[in-house]
Amino acid sequence: MDVAVLSASMTQFGTREGWVRDLATEAALDCLDDTGVGASAVDHLYLSNMASGEFEGQTGVMNALAYDIGAVPAYTQRVGQTSASGGAGLYAAWQSIASGASEMTLLVGAEKMTHRTTGEASDIIASLTHPSEYAHGVTLPSFAGLAARLYLDRFDAPRESLAHVAVKNHDNARNNPDAQFQKSIDVETALESPMVADPLRLYDYCPLTDGSAALLFCPASVAREYADEFVVLSGVAGATDTHVVHERDDPTWMDAVAASGEQAFEMAGLGPDDIDVAELHDMVTLLEPLQLEAFGFAERGEGWRYAMDGTTTRDGSLPVNTSGGLKARGHPLGATGVAQAVEIYRQLLGEAGQRQVEAEAGLTCNVGGFGNCVTSAVLEVAR
Amino acid sequence: MSDNTPRLLAHCCENGHVTYPSHPRCPDCGVEQTETVDLTAETGIVVSWTTVESTPPGVREPNTLALVEFSRESGTVTVLGGTTDAVAVGDEVAPVYVEQLRNPEHSVREGTDQAWHGFRFEPA
Repeated sequence: MDVAVLSASMTQFGTREGWVRDLATEAALDCLDDTGVGASAVDHLYLSNMASGEFEGQTGVMNALAYDIGAVPAYTQRVGQTSASGGAGLYAAWQSIASGASEMTLLVGAEKMTHRTTGEASDIIASLTHPSEYAHGVTLPSFAGLAARLYLDRFDAPRESLAHVAVKNHDNARNNPDAQFQKSIDVETALESPMVADPLRLYDYCPLTDGSAALLFCPASVAREYADEFVVLSGVAGATDTHVVHERDDPTWMDAVAASGEQAFEMAGLGPDDIDVAELHDMVTLLEPLQLEAFGFAERGEGWRYAMDGTTTRDGSLPVNTSGGLKARGHPLGATGVAQAVEIYRQLLGEAGQRQVEAEAGLTCNVGGFGNCVTSAVLEVAR
Repeated sequence: MSDNTPRLLAHCCENGHVTYPSHPRCPDCGVEQTETVDLTAETGIVVSWTTVESTPPGVREPNTLALVEFSRESGTVTVLGGTTDAVAVGDEVAPVYVEQLRNPEHSVREGTDQAWHGFRFEPA
């Protein structure tokens, strides 16, 4: 069965008022209102969220959401897979429709973070680490610093190659009214920004973000009753890597990206050459080249060249993170994987405004931890 | 070294696969890890390092972390830990015991079974 994405929405990313349930409700209602599908028609409701209990002392948000939007008695479930919760939500939504268990599934991703200090938020996110790592005060940015030193040295990549990823994604976000940072930066600014985890600096990292996004799924046969144009989730797969990051043979190779990508491509019957646009998980600039290499878009050790030589800019042969990516659109943990698919949906249907590219097939990659859990998804224009 | 002396222990299965930390089953071959490998008196080589300038509550600031590789007959085992001094890739370092690696107060794991003691690395 072809699984259709009938509708997509996202809220303003940045510093927002309200609780995570408010953000989730806003995205959910926008998504439903776009189609004329009533909340009572929703069979399954999934909420992708990493840590509402830790961030704001509110659990059970999936139940609150179902009640707030009028979807009771729909089956509801929170999908938690750290910062890959949104991608895991895509997989859960696909399974619900493909299995026949649901004929109308609403997926909402939401996170509220900015009321916490950077240190507190880093600690909540670092709670995904092994006790032997946590004891030393590791953060996700620290893993990136360790891996970046290895990568830059091994492949003789210039430090500014990573700054070019930040510059590109900020340029893209300038044309995304939903993005957290709608402004350009230059390479010099990125290279002179404060050090965070040597050799990586402030502009290598995504910010703390509040925000939400939603997607409505149904069988393609049902989608035709509601819309002339829609998108098909033609490939989706997830994979895991080691929990302890230093136990990997090579911390600069993303095994779970490669494994999930291979499966998603096989399911869609496509390969890297067929992808016209991609939303990759640039929690830190380094991760963009690492994912380009793991998917096979770039040769091993060559991914750093792509933002520098224009391959991945909006007018390049493979535009990456046209939304601004996590770097500039923002990274509200559980919402990110959903927002990535919202961007691809808009690109495929010609709804991306000034950042529009020519695309018939797109890819998303949502990463949890430092490559610990990954979901990759291929979306195509429905024919 | 008395029995009460803290030790930096890696763990080994019958097939010679060594890991740090331990696991209920060997990640390589799936059998139980039955032996330990004492790294306390050994030295390792810094593979990579970073200095984190802004740290979570209770963590020293700045916090230099290193990936340290210990060579074994059957291969290598890597340990992540803080360092007592600045280090460079290729430096030889030795484990040094620290009673409290970070202050549990205000951390999300305060009051849990999380161990707060362990080993950092100092230049050998």
